[in-house]
Amino acid sequence: MSTKTRTVPITVTVNGEVRQAEVEPRLLLVHFIRETLGLTGTHIGCDTTSCGACTIHLNGVPVKSCTVFAVQADGGEIRTVEGLEQNGELHPVQEGFWQEHGLQCGFCTPGMMMTAVALLERNPNPTEAEIRQAISGNLCRCTGYVNIVKSIQYAAKKMQQANEAAAPSGVPAGGGED
Amino acid sequence: MTATERAAIGGLGHSVKRKEDPRFIRGKGTYVDDVKLPGMLYLDILRSPYAHARITKLDTSKALAMPGVVAVITGKDLEAAGLAWMPTLMSDRQMVLPTDRVVYYAQEVAAVIAEDRYTAADAVLAIDVEYEPLEPVVDPFRALEPDAPLVRPDREQKTNHIWNWQAGDKEATDRIFEEAEVVVSQKMYIPRIHVSSIETCGCVASFDKVSGKLTVWLTSQAPHAHRTVFSLVSGIPETKIRVISPDIGGGFGGKVPVYPGYVLAIVASLQTGRPVKWIEDRSENLQADSFARDYHIHAEIAATRDGKMRALRVHTVADHGAFDAAANPSKFPAGLFSIGTGSYDLEAAHFSVDGVYTNKAPGGIAYRCSFRVTEAVHMIERMVDILADELNMDPAEIRFKNFIQPEQFPYKSPTGWEYDSGNYPAALRKALDTIGYQELRREQAEKRARGELMGIGISTFTEIVGAGPSHTFDILGIKMFDSAEIRVHPTGSAIVRIGVQTQGQGHETTFAQIVAEELGLPVENIVVEHGDTDTAPYGLGTYASRSTPTAGAATAVAARKIREKARLIAAHLLEVDPDDLEWRDYAFRVKGSPERAKTMSEIAFAAYTNFPQGLEGGLEAVTYYDPPNLTFPFGAYVCVVDIDRGTGQPTVREFLALDDCGTIINPMIVEGQIHGGLTMGLAPALYEEIVYDDNGTMLTGTLMDYLVPTAMETPNWRTEKTVTPSPHHPIGAKGVGESPTVGAPPAIVNAVVDALSHLGVRHIDIPITPWKVYQILEEKGVAE
Repeated sequence: MSTKTRTVPITVTVNGEVRQAEVEPRLLLVHFIRETLGLTGTHIGCDTTSCGACTIHLNGVPVKSCTVFAVQADGGEIRTVEGLEQNGELHPVQEGFWQEHGLQCGFCTPGMMMTAVALLERNPNPTEAEIRQAISGNLCRCTGYVNIVKSIQYAAKKMQQANEAAAPSGVPAGGGED
Repeated sequence: MTATERAAIGGLGHSVKRKEDPRFIRGKGTYVDDVKLPGMLYLDILRSPYAHARITKLDTSKALAMPGVVAVITGKDLEAAGLAWMPTLMSDRQMVLPTDRVVYYAQEVAAVIAEDRYTAADAVLAIDVEYEPLEPVVDPFRALEPDAPLVRPDREQKTNHIWNWQAGDKEATDRIFEEAEVVVSQKMYIPRIHVSSIETCGCVASFDKVSGKLTVWLTSQAPHAHRTVFSLVSGIPETKIRVISPDIGGGFGGKVPVYPGYVLAIVASLQTGRPVKWIEDRSENLQADSFARDYHIHAEIAATRDGKMRALRVHTVADHGAFDAAANPSKFPAGLFSIGTGSYDLEAAHFSVDGVYTNKAPGGIAYRCSFRVTEAVHMIERMVDILADELNMDPAEIRFKNFIQPEQFPYKSPTGWEYDSGNYPAALRKALDTIGYQELRREQAEKRARGELMGIGISTFTEIVGAGPSHTFDILGIKMFDSAEIRVHPTGSAIVRIGVQTQGQGHETTFAQIVAEELGLPVENIVVEHGDTDTAPYGLGTYASRSTPTAGAATAVAARKIREKARLIAAHLLEVDPDDLEWRDYAFRVKGSPERAKTMSEIAFAAYTNFPQGLEGGLEAVTYYDPPNLTFPFGAYVCVVDIDRGTGQPTVREFLALDDCGTIINPMIVEGQIHGGLTMGLAPALYEEIVYDDNGTMLTGTLMDYLVPTAMETPNWRTEKTVTPSPHHPIGAKGVGESPTVGAPPAIVNAVVDALSHLGVRHIDIPITPWKVYQILEEKGVAE
């Protein structure tokens, strides 16, 4: 049994904004994000790190925020689904999910998209097998994954086109090593 | 009218991008756990570690003494308020909290209400409870033995048998079996599974002591029905209860029942006068929320030697767990299981089902299917293959030989259903041609010669959805009609309110499309609202693929009422007789001079500014639609499976799903529904099963042990269609969300069995795990 006797100050940068809070050492990062910061786009779907609904980026890496303590994120950079849209423009992954009908109930969608964004940042031109492997830690009960794969392919294509337009020399930007 | 102009309206048949998506892709949906109210408390539940035990001590003092704990609720507290038990949808009753004994593993024992979730969870552990374990009964056949432990001593009948339900003509069926040339018989178990929507269940109950009004944000597929149940149980009038079903993270049947956690949160809010949130963990969801299936089936088919099926005889033992809390229409304790004659023209059939109590979690809901249709389809589609094997016939050939023919519709089945429309031979022919069936058979023969294991499975299923006509279908007496209310605003936009509740099906888009089609208003100008009992018209909710057949029909009918009034206004504006107008290309046009026309937008403005004398102003309509019949979607599925002789792993290499759901509202959404439904068919066929040990402890109570398919397990589904509209539905639609879940499992199982049939294998129970297959390969001496 424990009582709330001790809290720890933490500072994190969330979607570009510095946030400070006093948290219990045992507070899960997902609860910190949802309840302390009020960013409810990150969801909770299980208690065994199986479903991936709580996936966010911590220091550029996709993590399941139900299995990280908030104190472990101290000093870190967090990106959530709310940080994907920039200057009123949807991230290509968000656009892909809408265009290719990659979501139905929407509950797994934020976590699924965060995993997809991390994949495309690491591997801009993934094969279908690589996409399926990458999202295999995110469960979806509605779509059967077919359109999620298409959504990510849509985003990959769109991001590549944007990169090519930005790199007139013809050299693909954004790195390619995996 | 050009195709572009039609696309701008976005009526039937257009793949309109979903109106729901902009909020979901931004993380701006509002699910129940996102609701946060000032002063809100959190509720957590202590659950039983035993399947059957007497509670000898329950001391809450340590928990109550913890800082931040506001209250602890026990069964004794509820008993004092007359709330220890609640009614189930099947005229049984269910413990909210036990007063003296627990009857299944993970049953609710007590509830803690605290200032935050963590404190509530701590306090649950601080409750001092002692049990005296009792002998549990886990197997329903054991439960029927006279000396079996009694699960429900509270009942008058001192037996674990709940009911026997029958359909069809027993005498005629038995007679055919006596004289039959060929009889095949098979026992099969359709195991217990769980819908496991990615959002678990929960609620926020908020009782306002000043106004006396209770508001409940609820993970509900049927907010109106739930409000009525709450009102009946609590005695609070419905004007003082508001149920809000906000965005719902998947339902699939699991959000139809009323769970003890909901009642506890409401009681806690009434008691404290503060909002109380209860959100279950995934483990609680898997262990204690409603399960699906758990049917032990014995089926027999009588046939002629040349493969004409004559009669079907089915006996089933249905394991309902500790309470009969199935979510069926009240007159159907075994759901629509009697649809089990399927797509085949039989002379007679008889079904008998015995419902049984065991020390397991209660339930018996659909898992994305219309009330036990999956069990029925699995049974008949397996039996047809077993008969084909007995007679050494091709599984496609035997189906063609036994199909109900297109000219037989409307077709009266031996168990009394009237199938509305269908063309089964055309569907199977198209599916076989599309996938290249003969070529696959050739490939299989070559592979067999080389010792490789490949199988082809067919399923030609008939669904029964859209419950349902009020003469037969009700839930606790409430007739299963559904509703729509449409209001067209002066400048030509409209709001549609419906009695059903989306959980991902895209109603905000498809119902707007129905109205767009009927009124010619652009779909972008139509808003659909649902899920708030204070504003939505009364309806029974979304499950059993009933939204389009019932509320979809209501929406079309309400729109047509608006159109009839609009005709009078258009006639007034055009200064012609209403009979001189026709509705064509989304406008009222003067017959013979179609350029003289009024669009709905123009008419809507006139409805508020310039309507004829004697007519009421405004432009709105309400419809409560009582469907004349159910609808009968169907399909022809072909599955190709390869089996690894080293591991026993079956892999779905190819799967073609041809569905016929009548008129298609939004092809993109229909295809998405089919993909998802197929995946929820794949899941029980190969992966999912809720397993208990002999003590009644659940062994698959987390997502670590219960395998929901990921993108790695799921193949790239291929879809096809035929379109046979429902003759009785206003737009000819039938419903589609569940057909694939119903049709897919037998196609997959038939493929696996087909791969092994030359070794003498005729049936394998689902889920077909690699281990099950490997044992067969070993036994047959072909394992690598």
